[in-house]
Amino acid sequence: MKCQKCDKPATFHITELTSGKPAELHLCEEHAREYLTQSPGEPASASNMAAALAHQLAQQMAVGQTAEELAQLDQQACPVCGITFHEFRSQGRLGCPHDYVAFEAQLGPLLLNIHGEGEHTGKIPKRCPQGSEKRTQLIRLRREMSEAVAEERYERAKELRDEIQRIENSGAG
Amino acid sequence: MVGAVKLDDLARQRGEWLRGNGPEADIVISSRIRLARNLADFPFISRAPEQDRARIEKSVREAVLKTDGGSKMLYLDVEQLDTVDRQFLVERHLISREHAESQGARAVAIDPAETLSVMVNEEDHLRIQVMQSGFDLPSAWARINLVDDLMESQVTYAFHPRLGYLTACPTNVGTGMRVSVMLHLPALVLTRQLDKVFRSLQKVSLAVRGLYGEGSQAMGDFYQISNQVTLGKSEEKLIKDVVEIVPKIIEWERKAREFLIKESHENLHDQVSRAYGILRTAQTISSEETMHLLSRVRMGVNLGLIDDLQIPAVNELFIHTQPAHLQKISGVELDTADRNIERARYLRRQLNREAGGPASKN
Repeated sequence: MKCQKCDKPATFHITELTSGKPAELHLCEEHAREYLTQSPGEPASASNMAAALAHQLAQQMAVGQTAEELAQLDQQACPVCGITFHEFRSQGRLGCPHDYVAFEAQLGPLLLNIHGEGEHTGKIPKRCPQGSEKRTQLIRLRREMSEAVAEERYERAKELRDEIQRIENSGAG
Repeated sequence: MVGAVKLDDLARQRGEWLRGNGPEADIVISSRIRLARNLADFPFISRAPEQDRARIEKSVREAVLKTDGGSKMLYLDVEQLDTVDRQFLVERHLISREHAESQGARAVAIDPAETLSVMVNEEDHLRIQVMQSGFDLPSAWARINLVDDLMESQVTYAFHPRLGYLTACPTNVGTGMRVSVMLHLPALVLTRQLDKVFRSLQKVSLAVRGLYGEGSQAMGDFYQISNQVTLGKSEEKLIKDVVEIVPKIIEWERKAREFLIKESHENLHDQVSRAYGILRTAQTISSEETMHLLSRVRMGVNLGLIDDLQIPAVNELFIHTQPAHLQKISGVELDTADRNIERARYLRRQLNREAGGPASKN
């Protein structure tokens, strides 16, 4: 992760709560010292997390990609919740658990950047140790069912309802 | 209005992290762990329509109430609370500022001792938090791990075999865990050595932030140390990283205090006494000045420069003089100017009573 004020690596990570909402600062040693010695009353000119993420992603994407490719990437949408990559990029918040799968290629390098690692090594839930992807598909199925109902495609709505119930009752991930 | 009555009861109790005991309590105020969790079959909050938010809230509420001790928890509909009550919960560290200020179906469950709180529909569907007084992360982890297991027996969490617990923001994915320790470092501030603290933290990728109260002022020389990464390290390792660094900071703070006592005893004693004097006599005082002076007094008590006051009482004053607490305790809504007068009155009453002197009238 780069310092937000220069090109050196960010080694200080500061969360500010000055403006009511938490804002994260990622700074190199020099800029961190400068920042921390500011008088405490001065509100920090910190960009918030969403902006920091967007900035990082923009840099990451800019490498070796044409404007067209970028525009295309921005339009990619998650089939489950419908969020586009552009929407994620501008808000810094994902739309549903499936986004981690749908935007895997872009999120992978971002996660490495943030955490320095790419694989979870901690606690595993007892209920769905193999992952909860199947259950997350319920988001898509419920959405499709209400669309089918709205369009009076009752046969399709019934199929979807049965599938939803099967997944809900299986308790599966 | 059972909920409202119980919320008012909180104002009269001290709360776990104000107890002022636990290991290293002269410097470590509290140890806190939070876990971010999401239900697998709903969109994340920013993408969830109101009906989904309501369904998430209902699922989590039912799950909380079914857990051991869940029925004893105070469950509050945050959307229904007035501004002062929300701010009151923020000041007690039971909900986040974001949770207080956002909109839509959201809630918080709080256990009677105020050690456990579960925020529902904050940035993630669940934000479970355990807070202990003093430096005691292992018990906080044991407790929150158990609560997490109990919740998980009721709901299906969004989990990915390679990425771990899935969260709305990629900065929390993996363990979803934030470990933090709140430290009181007045001597390091006075001797301008905070740099050293920050440098040591950078090596292990930990974050530091000041504690903020009303407005934008950094207050009371309180600093919070927490982990920055959540993916690729186990919960135990993340805790260990913090557990290993905190004793070093404690030692530096102790050394700085010793230095001040040895090298500028009169000056330090003077500063502490003046701070105590102002707090006991002021007629109007801002939240910022109160925090600043209480910080000096707290250090003075720890160093034996003030002998008629106890740490738990000082800890309590830090919180009770915050805007929403002041209004809850006095029972009326007050604007800033009236709050400053009421704050000074409250301080005079409490400090003159604690010190064993006659409680001043008003």
